[in-house]
Amino acid sequence: MSVMGINEKEMFASGHRACAGCGEALALRHILKAAGEKTIVAQSTGCMEVVSTPYPQTAWNIPWVHCAFENAAAVASGVRAALNMKGDKETNVIAMGGDGASFDIGFGSLSGALERGHKFLYVCTDNEAYMNTGIQRSGATFPYANTTTSPAGKVIPGKQQPKKPLPFIVAAHGIEYVATANVANLIDLKNKVEKALAINGPSFLHVLVPCTPGWKIDASTTIRVAQKAIETWAAPVYEIEQGVLKLTQKPEQKPIEEYLMMQGRFKHVTPSIVEKIQDYVDKRKKFLLENDGKQLFDVLY
Amino acid sequence: MVKNVVISGSEAIAEAVKLCKPKVLPMYPITPSTLVPERLADFVFDGELDAEMIHVESEHSAASALFGAYATGVRAFTASASNGIALMHEIIPIISSARFPAVMSVANRTISGPINIWNDHSDAMSERDQGWIQMYCESSQEAFDTIIMAYKIAEKEQVSLPVMVCIDGFALSHVYEPVQIEDQKKIDSFLPSYKPKTYLDPKKPTTVGPIGFPNSFFEFHEQEQIAMNEALAEIPKVHKEFDNEFGRKYGNGLIDLIKMKDAKYALLANGTSVGTARVTVEKLRSEGKKVGLIKLKTFRPFPAEEIRKACKNLKALGVIDRHVSLGSEGAMTLDIKSALANEKCKVEGFISGLGGRDIDTKRLKKAFEILEKGEKGIWLK
Repeated sequence: MSVMGINEKEMFASGHRACAGCGEALALRHILKAAGEKTIVAQSTGCMEVVSTPYPQTAWNIPWVHCAFENAAAVASGVRAALNMKGDKETNVIAMGGDGASFDIGFGSLSGALERGHKFLYVCTDNEAYMNTGIQRSGATFPYANTTTSPAGKVIPGKQQPKKPLPFIVAAHGIEYVATANVANLIDLKNKVEKALAINGPSFLHVLVPCTPGWKIDASTTIRVAQKAIETWAAPVYEIEQGVLKLTQKPEQKPIEEYLMMQGRFKHVTPSIVEKIQDYVDKRKKFLLENDGKQLFDVLY
Repeated sequence: MVKNVVISGSEAIAEAVKLCKPKVLPMYPITPSTLVPERLADFVFDGELDAEMIHVESEHSAASALFGAYATGVRAFTASASNGIALMHEIIPIISSARFPAVMSVANRTISGPINIWNDHSDAMSERDQGWIQMYCESSQEAFDTIIMAYKIAEKEQVSLPVMVCIDGFALSHVYEPVQIEDQKKIDSFLPSYKPKTYLDPKKPTTVGPIGFPNSFFEFHEQEQIAMNEALAEIPKVHKEFDNEFGRKYGNGLIDLIKMKDAKYALLANGTSVGTARVTVEKLRSEGKKVGLIKLKTFRPFPAEEIRKACKNLKALGVIDRHVSLGSEGAMTLDIKSALANEKCKVEGFISGLGGRDIDTKRLKKAFEILEKGEKGIWLK
């Protein structure tokens, strides 16, 4: 029986080798349920390719292609162009990459594909570090997080920069639909995937996906941590539709400390750092609330 | 309808590509390859070629979109050179490992640094180990013909490997020569439409580009090596077929022998320096010297056996390499020394033409002199 309209079919089969409590595998499974069987996925190198395709096995019940780390958007461009030439207008094309693949190494490839206006959905599954290579800092790493290349040092306490505002940079390309989502709200994720795939051009979805070894959380807490990211405004959930910002959820704000305390990657933070992080979160919240409902970007595609 | 025109090597390539009817053209400009995407853009934008051009933002993405197009089961094409090939380097072996029969033209230009836009072979030679067939051309007509043969060779099921068609930057890419452009119908019958067995299709899901752990990776590479050996057998067959159909040939498609029958000393060259070497050999022959020339048309797969046969009666062979593997020798020299290791023919390497330095008859005569004197090969500066 279908629950809340969620497709019962499994396009991402069980038996893959992802960690227990993997937020990314869960997001992926539900993105595919929303997209349906007429979908081709072009995925970047990362945990998901490793855990799901050890030759000759595969967890993919839909056509799937992996080429390299920084080029899922470019591969998807080639897939879409080929489908166009075959006269296939129905098949969904989804490019997927982690935060390293999207915020950092594949940023140029993503930007180029957005500028060209191909009909495709780019999904960035963000677990805020290079988890596949062993928890190194990326441009998406949350401020002050302890990673193996931004350690909680005696002098420098973790990552020193804010997150790159990728959804806004993507929206500035003038595309019709950009949204953020979270594995703690699968119905919202489903709705956003459906909306994004209905766009006749590029669309972009950013999904926060906790990583149990990377965030140093118990496998049983993935959804609770993700939910706390929403409640504390650590990862606000919004859409930028036709250039207009619209907050999906405006929860009553809980102190950021509640989010930080759940995760080993923030174990080192002192009260003064918690204050700094609270300030960072508050400023972003203020900006989002002030601009909620406003046209922030031109729509070019 | 057959057309006789005077066009550059790059335009000859674009004309040939058009006749091969690729569906997807990921393109990024780089000197001296740029005329190829320019002419193809003309064809697409004027409605003469039914293809989607993808104006990618880098060569890396050009190779990646080429990969995506082939994964989806259509014939495609791209063109590049020099640092563009270097930027593609990561994707080049992924295309061959996926066994996509892609064709790419390379307007050979050196790789920086210092930055230099002129010809040598360091771009393509740096990709020699990556599972692509490499064919070099001496004339615009040969460039045209080689593109058409390249698709046919690449798409042979037992080969299923990509091909680089190499033309010397400027020396051929920008030189205008008479070219016979063949009739579309004849090309269509020589090169049937591309029908891959598997591709990304929601009706029949496949996983393309999985991770190969140590228990399978080795076999993936072994299969490519087997396919390279198949290519060694298929190239002369396709070449003969092309000759029968269009009346032009370039040796046997692997190598061509010029005045080799009674030669005691010979040079081996590839690309446009073959033309200069022909003139040098003719001049020396007129002076009574028993000299010859081997044109290496196909560098990968390497036709070692053909070269051994050609060198049976030689005293010494000089290899004109437009590339150097720094710390060692020229890439062709290394392979030829290996091929002739148990032969009496001596091999000397001559590093030539780096970064656009001329390879003229004076330098090639010098190479012959060195061979005759039994001296060591030098850098022909």
